[in-house]
Amino acid sequence: MTWYAIDTWIVVVGALAATASALLGNFLVLRKMSMMGDAISHAVLPGLAIAFLVTEARASLTMFIGAAIVGVLTAVFTQWISRFGKVDEGASMGIVFTSLFALGLLLIVQAADHVDLDPGCVLYGAIELTPLDVVWRPKLFGFDLEVPRAALVLGGVTLLNLTFIIGFFKELRITSFDAELATTMGIHSNWMHYLLMTLVAVTSVAAFEAVGSIIVIAMLIVPAATAHLLTDRLWVMLLLSAVFAVASALLGHLSALVVPSWFGFADTSTSGMMAVAAGLLFLLTMLGAPRYGVLAKYFRKAESVGV
Amino acid sequence: MPDFADIWYVLFLRDYNTRLVVICTILLGCACGLMGGFLLLRKRSLMGDMLSHATLPGVGLAFMLAVSLGGNGKSLPILLMGAAFSGVLGCWAVLCIRNHTRIKDDAAMGIVLSVFFGAGVAVLGLIQTMPEGSAAGLESFIYGKTASMVASDFQILVIVTISVLICSLLLFKEFRLLCFDEAFAAALGWPVKFLDVLLLALVTAVTVAGLQAVGLILIIAFLITPAAAARFWTNQLDRMLLLSALIGGASGWLGASLSAFFPRLPAGALIVLVAAVCFVISMLIGTERGVLVRYLHQVQLKGRIGRQHLLRALYEILEGGRSQGELALRPVPFRQIRGRRTWSDAHLRDYIRRAYHEGLVEAPTKDDSIQLTVAGLAEAAHLTRNHRLWELYLIEYADVATSRVDRDADMVEHVLGEKMVAQLESKLQTYRSAGSLVPESPHPIIPGD
Repeated sequence: MTWYAIDTWIVVVGALAATASALLGNFLVLRKMSMMGDAISHAVLPGLAIAFLVTEARASLTMFIGAAIVGVLTAVFTQWISRFGKVDEGASMGIVFTSLFALGLLLIVQAADHVDLDPGCVLYGAIELTPLDVVWRPKLFGFDLEVPRAALVLGGVTLLNLTFIIGFFKELRITSFDAELATTMGIHSNWMHYLLMTLVAVTSVAAFEAVGSIIVIAMLIVPAATAHLLTDRLWVMLLLSAVFAVASALLGHLSALVVPSWFGFADTSTSGMMAVAAGLLFLLTMLGAPRYGVLAKYFRKAESVGV
Repeated sequence: MPDFADIWYVLFLRDYNTRLVVICTILLGCACGLMGGFLLLRKRSLMGDMLSHATLPGVGLAFMLAVSLGGNGKSLPILLMGAAFSGVLGCWAVLCIRNHTRIKDDAAMGIVLSVFFGAGVAVLGLIQTMPEGSAAGLESFIYGKTASMVASDFQILVIVTISVLICSLLLFKEFRLLCFDEAFAAALGWPVKFLDVLLLALVTAVTVAGLQAVGLILIIAFLITPAAAARFWTNQLDRMLLLSALIGGASGWLGASLSAFFPRLPAGALIVLVAAVCFVISMLIGTERGVLVRYLHQVQLKGRIGRQHLLRALYEILEGGRSQGELALRPVPFRQIRGRRTWSDAHLRDYIRRAYHEGLVEAPTKDDSIQLTVAGLAEAAHLTRNHRLWELYLIEYADVATSRVDRDADMVEHVLGEKMVAQLESKLQTYRSAGSLVPESPHPIIPGD
């Protein structure tokens, strides 16, 4: 295996996408809305297609806005259906995102007349290609850096999410743990919900344009759930989830390069392996976590039975 | 545009090319609708989402295994077996995470979904570098290739659907109890965990069989939407499942037929959109839980409560003004009634108008006063008496009363029973003034202006 500057950039871009998602993911996991990332990632398809049909070009800003709007609409429709129709939240989420996805597929078929817009590209992204799109060449400590566009965009999104979480830490914490208490304290928990959903949509869209949706879906849930097994304090959980996100990105890219060679293959998809790496970290934590781990529980049980 | 004869031809399965596809999607819709009903009631609708994503690594690995053993990697039974295997593994992982850690259902499903799908993407990435492997055939598992189903797909679908139907009919009683009261089922000594796994296995079978027909993402809709639509029409499980299967089948039939007219539109997407339209219609006009029906119920309830408030207010005003004995019927100024409660002029006028049509009050006089009729006074006395019995009941039996408080004043005899009513009335005797059938209020009535 040889490690190029490109590989470093792939890990950096992956780590930024993972951190941005993981930070928000903590609140999704605590609010029992983990599947929202999955729903939004499928549902943005019509937004992309409409923006594309309107502008007739792959201008990324309009597509970004179109997708982000549909992402927020997914959250709004889900809440409407479950509130007015008294439908289980999971079911209403499923109905909304599958319908939007189907609509998106139809629109893309229409758009295909004009320019090739491959749904596969939207869903997988191509993190391997991001370092090729260099937009900024600063000189730092005597090194010529070639900063790819994706790194700048995702760095910006990570900063945005970080600012949001620090700025609204108190409100986010109270609405996530006890929405009714928050309402009695004068915090508008519905607004926090929609603000959070907007950021989830923006992050998802920014990330899967660059790195593919699978990284976002995985990183919105897995690092936060892993951190949840290790601590009861919210800020520790946030910190740990970011650490797990970065670790998954690094391990994921390494294993995408290394593991296939054991079976005689060249290499494989980095985004897929990042999700798998996050899964492995979760599995290890699930078994070995000091208080909430399966092994710790097993030994505690054995001990208490022995006494 | 297709003309009428064409539409007729396709819709009624006369066209050989589309007949197979349409029958396949109808069967699939029925089976998915049926299983989706159980999932919905167990609040596990997104299990289908998790399952369909979790099948991807199985499909990829089965392909690689088959190719490396020298077989045909694209043979459908092998791929489906791989899909079923990793689907079952995914279900098991979700149950494991949920039962053994503090992670909740939704996050457990999300973890398994994303990690398995990521593994699937990685495996597909490997396949693309294989000399045999344009992964093109496997792509159809993600987006579906409804229009190109062949006879062998049909056989698999028919076998799966019929076995699922038979299983769920045989185990209907067990599944019903599992959906409504799992703890009770366990207390009866039923193998709840086994039934749970069996139900998920049936869902897996349907999902895997349908993957190829409508695609990985659109099968999710088939498992959720018809069931959620059916729920608006009935509270009975057997009817709901029947309806859900019908809606699923109808969506499959219409969607696949539409795609036959417009060959460029993918059938999977059309089927999902037809199902979504069914859902929206059901949500609006469903007879049991639809938005419109519930709105009408609310309006009715508001009218009934308004009528009771009006009659009671009139009675209490008359009661406050009397010196001794029977109440005298006399006109009461509108402003005085208005002051009894916090209600708007418009609402109060509406209640008065309705009471007039019922013959409970006389037509409003010129100086804007309202007078009860004889029938109105009887009704008002009856309502006020029952209301006061309720109040006393709540005052005396506050510890047991909470479960019964939110009742109509009319229902006092039905809910409390004769003995309790008699007891309450005797308690009220102490307050009772001579000559009135209505006991006095157990608390002071604050007079309005």
